[in-house]
Amino acid sequence: MSDILLDEVGDDVLVRVRGLVFSHGGRRIFDGVDLDLPRGKVTAVMGPSGTGKTTLLKLIGGQLRPDAGRIEVDGQDVHALSKAELFRLRTRMGMLFQSGALLTDLSVFDNVAYPLREHTALPESMIRKLVLIKLEAVGLRGARDLMPSELSGGMARRVALARAIALDPMMIMYDEPFTGQDPISMGVLVNLIRRLNDASRLTSIVVSHDVADTLAIADYLYVIAGGQVMARGTPAEIRANPSEWLTQFLEGLPDGPVHFHYPAAALAADLLETA
Amino acid sequence: MVESLARLGHLGLHALARIGRGHLLLLGILGGLPSLAARPRLLLAQVYNVGVLSVLIIAVSGLFVGMVLSLQGHYVLSQFGAAESLGVMVAASLVRELGPVVTALLVAGRAGSALTAEIGLMKATEQLSGLEMMAVDPVKRILTPRFFGGLVSMPLLAALFSAVGVIGGWFVGVGLLGVDEGAFWSQMQNKIDFREDIVNGVIKSLVFGWVVTWIALFEGHDAIPTSEGVSRATTRTVVHSALAVLGLDFVLTALMFGD
Repeated sequence: MSDILLDEVGDDVLVRVRGLVFSHGGRRIFDGVDLDLPRGKVTAVMGPSGTGKTTLLKLIGGQLRPDAGRIEVDGQDVHALSKAELFRLRTRMGMLFQSGALLTDLSVFDNVAYPLREHTALPESMIRKLVLIKLEAVGLRGARDLMPSELSGGMARRVALARAIALDPMMIMYDEPFTGQDPISMGVLVNLIRRLNDASRLTSIVVSHDVADTLAIADYLYVIAGGQVMARGTPAEIRANPSEWLTQFLEGLPDGPVHFHYPAAALAADLLETA
Repeated sequence: MVESLARLGHLGLHALARIGRGHLLLLGILGGLPSLAARPRLLLAQVYNVGVLSVLIIAVSGLFVGMVLSLQGHYVLSQFGAAESLGVMVAASLVRELGPVVTALLVAGRAGSALTAEIGLMKATEQLSGLEMMAVDPVKRILTPRFFGGLVSMPLLAALFSAVGVIGGWFVGVGLLGVDEGAFWSQMQNKIDFREDIVNGVIKSLVFGWVVTWIALFEGHDAIPTSEGVSRATTRTVVHSALAVLGLDFVLTALMFGD
């Protein structure tokens, strides 16, 4: 299995997932998932809501522990590391949360400066320069004195992105970056993800159920549903995939292999039943 | 029958698991002490949040409690011709009991609930997860300073409560009810013992500070990250803290003064 995956994405793999099994609240979220996320590329993981896309990012980041299987990041088995080693690895990983997860009691400037102050001994003058450079990269240098409550959703995500790249990580994980964005913010984010990936030679993992933008931005895609990888390939390969389920997902058809109705007894029987 | 037993067992296991998580969290919080010592500013900020922001409610409550104590005390003592002992009665009641206990109850209601809501919302808005992913331990960075902030603030607030209470008692007793001022203060000076009364009161408020802040932080950290979950956790903080303070007060009083 792993050989097939390696052939498809090349041998420079940053994140390697093998036989991932994870259950939560009695429900099996992943049931033997294998993924290879290539270095320096934008890889998207798509799937319907509730398929565990965010869970996958938390598993890669070591915030959750799998029931079985192995996740390697840059050759290190994430779940075999000590807490100190895991924290060291995390300084090289950035994560953009769906809500931004900015610290609400700190200004935009202090939020971006936070990881630099925590993990480096740089003088404040140098931190100021670095923060301004990162904020300039996301177009929000002028918003440095605002508080998170004064930002729109799209701006908050861009500040969080500046914070995620503050320590120049090797990879960034984006959790549903396009959800709830207006078209302009969406365009800005799509552009930023691509530009940061290429300019900083990052590896990007984008988790999303937004079909059009994800297909436009990704170099390689995995589609996950029902705890397993349903399809993988380049955007062109995914579009050409004849699977009926995939067609329904990509085109947003209301009915198909995934039924419109939640399983229930026949309507007539339900209506005639006395309360 | 079997079902009720199973439900009882389930509740017991759930409670034991919570107690276990609470103690593990406390260990993690205490483990953050060395890093807090390196950044005393974090502690100062929390002493401000828990302590300074509670000063008004503590001072006003202390004043009224002292005034009421003086009124009631004067009524009883004057029946035995012992109205001059009013100062001792007011001071002893405040320093030994009402100062630590009422302060702890007020802090649980004002600062404890705020701590739970703050931590619970930080969890709900992924701020704690965000810190973890920035390789920052949220327990050490967020919870430890708040815990020690509460621990340091509680005895200071209790002292303020007692001091303002004594002034309230003096105002009503001496100013309004005509108790002799010399007797009021001199009896208080003679009868209140530093070791027996004041130190024991400080020990009580340290214990209450530990318990109230621990409960508040644990409830926030363990809250279900939804608006309903945070709201329930906040309620639990106030109820559990109040019960713990009153229960522990009995135990401590029995140990300290029950000879």
